Amino acid sequence: MEFWKDPITTIFDSLLKSFTSGGMTEDLATVLIYLIGILAFISFAMVLDIFLVWVERKVVARFQDRLGPNRIGPFGIFQPFADIVKLLIKEDITPFGADVVLFNLAPIFSLMSVLLLWAIMPFAPKMVGVDLNVGMLYLVAAGSIGTLSVIMAGWSSNNKYALMGAFRTVAQMVSYEIPMVAALLVVTVLAGTMGAVGIVEAQEAVPFIILSPLAFLIFLISAIAELGRSPFDLNEAESEIVAGFHTEYTGMKFGLFYAGELLHSFTFGGFIALLFFGGHRLFGLENLGPLVGALIFMGKALFFYWVIMWVKYTVPRIRVDHMLAFNWKFLTPLAFILLMVTALVGRIFLHSPWLAPALFISNILIAWLTIEYLKSHARKERDQAEASGSAPATATQH
Amino acid sequence: MTFTQVLFLIFAAIILGSAFMVVTTKKMIHAAFWLITTLFGVAALYAMLNAGFLAMVQIVVYVGAIAILFIFAIMLTRKDLRDSDTPLNKNWGVAALIGFLSFGGLLTILNNWTGLLKEAPELSSGMDTISDLGVALLSPNAYLLPFEVASVLLLAALIGSVYVANQAKSE
Repeated sequence: MEFWKDPITTIFDSLLKSFTSGGMTEDLATVLIYLIGILAFISFAMVLDIFLVWVERKVVARFQDRLGPNRIGPFGIFQPFADIVKLLIKEDITPFGADVVLFNLAPIFSLMSVLLLWAIMPFAPKMVGVDLNVGMLYLVAAGSIGTLSVIMAGWSSNNKYALMGAFRTVAQMVSYEIPMVAALLVVTVLAGTMGAVGIVEAQEAVPFIILSPLAFLIFLISAIAELGRSPFDLNEAESEIVAGFHTEYTGMKFGLFYAGELLHSFTFGGFIALLFFGGHRLFGLENLGPLVGALIFMGKALFFYWVIMWVKYTVPRIRVDHMLAFNWKFLTPLAFILLMVTALVGRIFLHSPWLAPALFISNILIAWLTIEYLKSHARKERDQAEASGSAPATATQH
Repeated sequence: MTFTQVLFLIFAAIILGSAFMVVTTKKMIHAAFWLITTLFGVAALYAMLNAGFLAMVQIVVYVGAIAILFIFAIMLTRKDLRDSDTPLNKNWGVAALIGFLSFGGLLTILNNWTGLLKEAPELSSGMDTISDLGVALLSPNAYLLPFEVASVLLLAALIGSVYVANQAKSE
């Protein structure tokens, strides 16, 4: 039953034995096995991605009171394969005046920024690619590669709409990175480490959603903005700028952007599960073995992927100035206040049994004060608008 | 040759090659992307030196913010993004001279430094470099003062940019 307790190490050992018995040196065999592992892991992610296409289409259909794909296979589950064939046999167009190298590199970078994140995903205690001690910074760094890919795509397409999409994306991603980093810092303060495995371990008693529900909300909002999904899908806003940065892409190159976006959403679902909902834990079920833990983790990731979809298909797109004002005037200050309060409360109640209740109450207090402040601010704005005789100001977030 | 040495040579070649392309390529925007390649190479070297934090910060700050700012500046100032022009102006001779002189100076200094050929000490496996770094940055016996001075400098830059932006709005 070694395999059941620690599958990765068992596979590694048996592979190493069979490789070195053929006369290979141990160093070379280790490097080779790592390469095989990476390849298998990425293949798993990509196959999962095909499944996610079906999930996405089916869920959006239910949200819009339709049936969705239902012709090929049971519940239309083989629809994505038909989609792939269609994407593969489409004409591959490179627009006139495009920068060929960058134009072709952009979709690869887009998918790469997502797959990089899978390296630090802790599915179960011993099923993790690498336990970096700078895990959360790594998450942010991989996000900046995603930003880069969008700029590359937008600029190299030689298309004004694509460039406009790239401009919007960068404005959005660079600004929403700040509340996201602050929310990650709150988690780091609570866990005492930046490593993904350590963060999951620190939630053994209480998951961080209870210690800091506000950080969860901030992270969810900024994650959706980072993903560029509705209500933050300004970068591809179909009704305004054709399709944004990927206007000029056809066939599988567009497919890579699309697959990257879906896998990115699922990955962020996984990160929400690991940061705030205890990773692979579910009422003691995880003790059955790492494989069960990994399944629980995937289930949680899928659930939060569904939450992201729920937001996407319910909330309409916001305007560019609202998007920026919402971030800089509301989300960023709130995140910083939360970070300071969490650090202070965490310091005062260090090693005391009152730590968890104190953190929870301080979160509720901050939320209540924020809502009161927003109310009074909105009232003031409304009064001003009425006094000046114009139509009531449109409801802004602030 | 060990695996680490092979990796070092690969990254060194990437850094030098892309840095050369930054100054010789004819399109401005390509220079920016080559610069990003250089920065990635430097980050990889940091990671090989067990400085994971520095490597990540290098990518977040330089690739994620500064390089993107460069690209923006180029996009907003060029009329046609496809234009290509010689990257040299009439001062290239002086610049090359200064470049060679500083390279020679660095070479002499490093040659006289005894630490150049020393092996890096092995990190013990249980060592947490991140928390050591955090403690060092915030303890008065180590780097608290430089850290705070740098923070105040950044704050001053922030306030300055807000002031400038506000002035432009009121005019």
